[in-house]
Amino acid sequence: MTMKITVSNWFKSGSPWVWLNAGAVAVSVVMVLGLLALIAVRGLGHFWPTAIVAADYTIPGNSQVQVMGQIADVEEIPAQRLVDAGLPKPGNKALIDRQLIKVGNRDVSGSDFVWVVKPWLQNVSHPKDAIALERREWGNFYGFLKDVRQNGSVVASGTEAWAALQDSIERAEDIYSQIYKIEKKEIGHINSGLERLRLKERSLELKGTNTPEALADIAASRAVLDAEYKVLEKELGDLYAAFTRDSIQAQTIDNNIVDINVSKIVRAYQPNAMGFFGKVGFYGDKIWEFVSDDPREANTEGGIFPAIFGTVMMVIIMSIIVTPFGVIAAVYLREYAKQGFVTRVIRVAVNNLAGVPSIVYGVFGLGFFVYFLGSHMDQLFFPEALPSPTFGTPGLLWASITLALLTLPVVIVATEEGLSRIPSTVREGSLALGATKAETLWRVVLPMASPAMMTGLILAVARAAGEVAPLMLVGVVKLAPSLPLDGNYPFLHLDQKFMHLGFHIYDVGFQSPNVEAARPLVYATALLLVIVIAVLNLSAVAIRNHLREKYKALEI
Amino acid sequence: MRKLKDRAARYGIATGGLGVIVAITLIFFYLLFEVVPLFRSADVHKQVAYSLPVTAGESLYLAMEEQAEIGLQVSSSGEAKFFDTQDGSLRLQSQLPVPAGVTVSAFAESAPGSNLLIAGLSNGSAIIFKHDYKITWPNDQRLITPFIEYPYGEEPITVSEGFPLDEVAIRDSEEVLTIAGSSGGQLFMTRLNKEVDFLTEEITLTREQVTMPMIGGKVRRLLLDPDRKWLFALSGNDDLSVLDIKSLVPYVKRVVPLAEDSHTVTSLEFLLGGISLLAGDSDGNISQWFMVRNQSGKEDLTRIRSFKQGDAVITSIIPEHRRKGFLALDSAGVLGLYSTTANRQVLTTKIADQNVAFTGIAPRANGLLVRTGDDMAFWSVENEHPEVSWSALWDEVWYESYGEPEYIWQSSASNNDFEPKLSLMPLAFGTLKAAFYAMLLATPLAICGAIYTAYFMAPGMRRKVKPVIELMEALPTVILGFLAGLWLAPYVENNLPGIFSLLILLPFGVLLFAWFWDRLPLSIRGRVGEGWQAAMLVPVILIFGWLAMSLSGAMESLFFGGDMRSWITHDLGIPYDQRNALVVGLAMGFAVIPTIFSIAEDAIFSVPKHLSYGSLALGATPWQTLTKVVLLTASPGIFSAVMIGMGRAVGETMIVLMATGNTPIMDANIFEGMRTLAANIAVEMPESEVGSSHYRILFLAALVLFLFTFVVNTLAEMVRHRLRQKYSSL
Repeated sequence: MTMKITVSNWFKSGSPWVWLNAGAVAVSVVMVLGLLALIAVRGLGHFWPTAIVAADYTIPGNSQVQVMGQIADVEEIPAQRLVDAGLPKPGNKALIDRQLIKVGNRDVSGSDFVWVVKPWLQNVSHPKDAIALERREWGNFYGFLKDVRQNGSVVASGTEAWAALQDSIERAEDIYSQIYKIEKKEIGHINSGLERLRLKERSLELKGTNTPEALADIAASRAVLDAEYKVLEKELGDLYAAFTRDSIQAQTIDNNIVDINVSKIVRAYQPNAMGFFGKVGFYGDKIWEFVSDDPREANTEGGIFPAIFGTVMMVIIMSIIVTPFGVIAAVYLREYAKQGFVTRVIRVAVNNLAGVPSIVYGVFGLGFFVYFLGSHMDQLFFPEALPSPTFGTPGLLWASITLALLTLPVVIVATEEGLSRIPSTVREGSLALGATKAETLWRVVLPMASPAMMTGLILAVARAAGEVAPLMLVGVVKLAPSLPLDGNYPFLHLDQKFMHLGFHIYDVGFQSPNVEAARPLVYATALLLVIVIAVLNLSAVAIRNHLREKYKALEI
Repeated sequence: MRKLKDRAARYGIATGGLGVIVAITLIFFYLLFEVVPLFRSADVHKQVAYSLPVTAGESLYLAMEEQAEIGLQVSSSGEAKFFDTQDGSLRLQSQLPVPAGVTVSAFAESAPGSNLLIAGLSNGSAIIFKHDYKITWPNDQRLITPFIEYPYGEEPITVSEGFPLDEVAIRDSEEVLTIAGSSGGQLFMTRLNKEVDFLTEEITLTREQVTMPMIGGKVRRLLLDPDRKWLFALSGNDDLSVLDIKSLVPYVKRVVPLAEDSHTVTSLEFLLGGISLLAGDSDGNISQWFMVRNQSGKEDLTRIRSFKQGDAVITSIIPEHRRKGFLALDSAGVLGLYSTTANRQVLTTKIADQNVAFTGIAPRANGLLVRTGDDMAFWSVENEHPEVSWSALWDEVWYESYGEPEYIWQSSASNNDFEPKLSLMPLAFGTLKAAFYAMLLATPLAICGAIYTAYFMAPGMRRKVKPVIELMEALPTVILGFLAGLWLAPYVENNLPGIFSLLILLPFGVLLFAWFWDRLPLSIRGRVGEGWQAAMLVPVILIFGWLAMSLSGAMESLFFGGDMRSWITHDLGIPYDQRNALVVGLAMGFAVIPTIFSIAEDAIFSVPKHLSYGSLALGATPWQTLTKVVLLTASPGIFSAVMIGMGRAVGETMIVLMATGNTPIMDANIFEGMRTLAANIAVEMPESEVGSSHYRILFLAALVLFLFTFVVNTLAEMVRHRLRQKYSSL
């Protein structure tokens, strides 16, 4: 009885409601931190060389098979689901652990992941000599090394094979980087030269100035390039021959013998034989590969360097566009325009644009910039390339401008706030000393407001780096053949499509044929993006706080 | 000099500033500019008129090739004449191989735009021919050369064994050529089965005569559907006999009276695709009919919709070749342009005083040949977007082959015969559904959180919590969407009972902890400063969250037969998608929380302190002060926070794109997905043809989003502005 009264009194006091409200905050904070932790664990965990397990696997009623691979995921499922899927029920437990094992060997077995029910696994072991090979195609290979061969004849087998394989891989890597240099850089350079000559010829034709001399000039330059190409082609042929010299023979857990050419191997490791420091070294290696390498196997392996590069390029170009315009608009609104109804309306409108869905900007960018401005520009400036569009198709420039428009309100609002915080006494002092308004603005007001502009710009960059929806319409691709900045004229290719971290996440996570294999990489990419954005945001916050302190001092 | 610089700066900045503002308004105007043509009415005007090259007999057929440069007229004397549509000059004349003493007594085209024609003869046979065009580019100039070909030979094919053909119909396919004909009330049908010799690729035809039932009255019109399932025969007394010709022995399945009241049917044509029939009558009515499966599962010819052109007799109906639209002419010389899907009479205009003898439409529906007497006129037609109307976008539409009017978005077309289904309703519904479930999660969490943070939280903790929430706001939505789709969706599916029990367990856990905490002696409670409750609750939340999840499996086997998902689908009969509204609600709720939180927190925090001090001084508890004074004052601010959060939820693209299956269904079921306006744009915009109706409708969707968020945000902004003024006056 007394208890009851106390409870109702407790509720009357309002204390439980306060606690529930506190609970809402706690839930929000737990959600944010939990999400960050989830991304961090999954993203960073991917690069750690987990042990290779080998085991016998028997589904009751079926014959025994042997599986070997790395455990990718573990989950607990109701046993009923196995029964629904037509499998026998393991034991009488309601919940069953099942493991996702990355068994690799897609070329031999067809799929590189299998779900296994844990109670059906027996004789689990971690063979020391199990090797994992990362390959350029067909995903990972798991098995045991038998021997290493040069041109088909065995040069090392047994215990020496492993060291020989490492040497061989190192040699192949070396040749690979030479091939890469020739194919991407030198031949790419020649191709871009040839393309420029073709356009020049067409442009002469359009202008009607395709005199025999001009054409002969072009033909001569083309002959030079062709000759250079022939040389490179020969060199490339030799390199390829050397590249494919070595091969290995390996055995899978189910006793298939597989020949693998060393040129197909990116990395070989024996996780079960690695010590802790070996693993740490391997881990660092993998992370470096992730941020510095090109993607492999339809973006599901390798690195994301082109996506990082594309994002950075886009953000830089966007900043170059958005800063002056945003600052000028803010200065106009705060310093020059007559304050009144109109400026208030403009301010509200600018503020609200920040709330307009980003996809709307994408639609606008595609319609106005790409199809309208771009195709007109093509007709005016690049008629020789038609009918293939130059700027009349989504590309880096349009993506940057679209995002500049999208982030314009952020910069305007932040700059205006900075300007409004500058005490009018400072301006009046400058004017009283005889400076003109422009001089006051340039020498006094803008320098004082520069941290605010900085804050605005950082927030704009953070927003732009994470925005994907509009970019899907105005310029990103899943795989760009070359970087938007390279050694070929005109060096900065504003018309090219580019790769982007955010889009990479969407594309690899949702459009990839092998989502299971791609998933860890998506987590890693997401982690990178989150870190970049968190750092940008926190620095914006820091600058803002610093700024507030500074003006507090000024006002006193 | 300095003055000059000053002035230059003034004008420079003014132009720059205004330029930026203009650029921003440009977004709105450009979207509008792309949308407006959708609602512009059509226009026809006479381009040229000339007299035709003299032809014996009346016109049977009038057509144009793709570019509308060359026209073809076939007359009853068996003469095919190609002429220039711009000046009437003769380009090619060809005589059909009509045997001597025989006349062309019937004429038909296979499908509009197929160019396959059949001329039925008075001796019971028929000539099948095709008009075709070859395009060459001598001297970079386009040259179109017309020609007539006979794909089944010049020899007439026997259809009715000597009876003069009154009406014919033809359909061609890979395997069989079907010809139907009538003589009086007698029907005939011939099938030419094709066998391709796979070595020589030569086609051998085997003729098969099908016995047909008798029809009461003289057949006035004969139509054969493209699947060769139905034969429609209109007989003298306006009864349309529907014959099933798929069966071994064709029979009359149904007789449908087409005309209403005392009117008579004067024109009967297929709409593009051959599913719908268009019947024009003597009173200016045009009605659309197609076969609909009724309740008992039987197919019946049903009147779908009708148009009224005027009071004059409809003399001809001309279907378009690429769209579900048609033209109609009446005896008063009035031309009407229609779109059936949009249920729209696009235009009616008088084009001639006298009775128009014959008309033909260009394949792109951009030109019209009109013959009156011996004069021919070429009319240009501007009718870009007939398929769009208010009712097509927002009302239920009875689409071809559907049992009833429905809301459907299905824009992609495999061929021209497909009827685009452009109802924005499922998308708007999906948008609101996603926003609703997101707000369901976000509103209570964000507002309660804001209340606590602004009013109860210790300043030291507040300084730590606010950046966390700001970080939450800055998280790219693509990451939230990716987690929702690839991690949360399967997780939720596997732990459904756990997710739902969180709703009960978390508040319960918090209250339980609070109850015991408040019972603790003051000496222990005093160690934790006032306003740090939230920090203490973090482990509580974690423990109860973990509890809910680990009990999930047990609950499943206890209450739901081991698997809640299959329990939902099988026992409750509710369809379950893995990527559903629940997942979207959780993920998008997460994205919206910080938006609402920041604004609401700001509104509550800036309630003048003397109000609450006054209340507290009068003896009210902090909670009473909060509900009776602070929240009341701040409620407009909280309202505007919710509005802005709503605006964000409505326009969010990536989360919905990744966390739902993107199927445009209209169902509020929390376990099914949806497609939102924004996601639809992201999915379809890149493939949309520039300038097409589909493209412009996507722009319309963008404009709707723009206006919606703009209006909502402006309202919210105005509310906040009023609030700020109120605070400053207090």
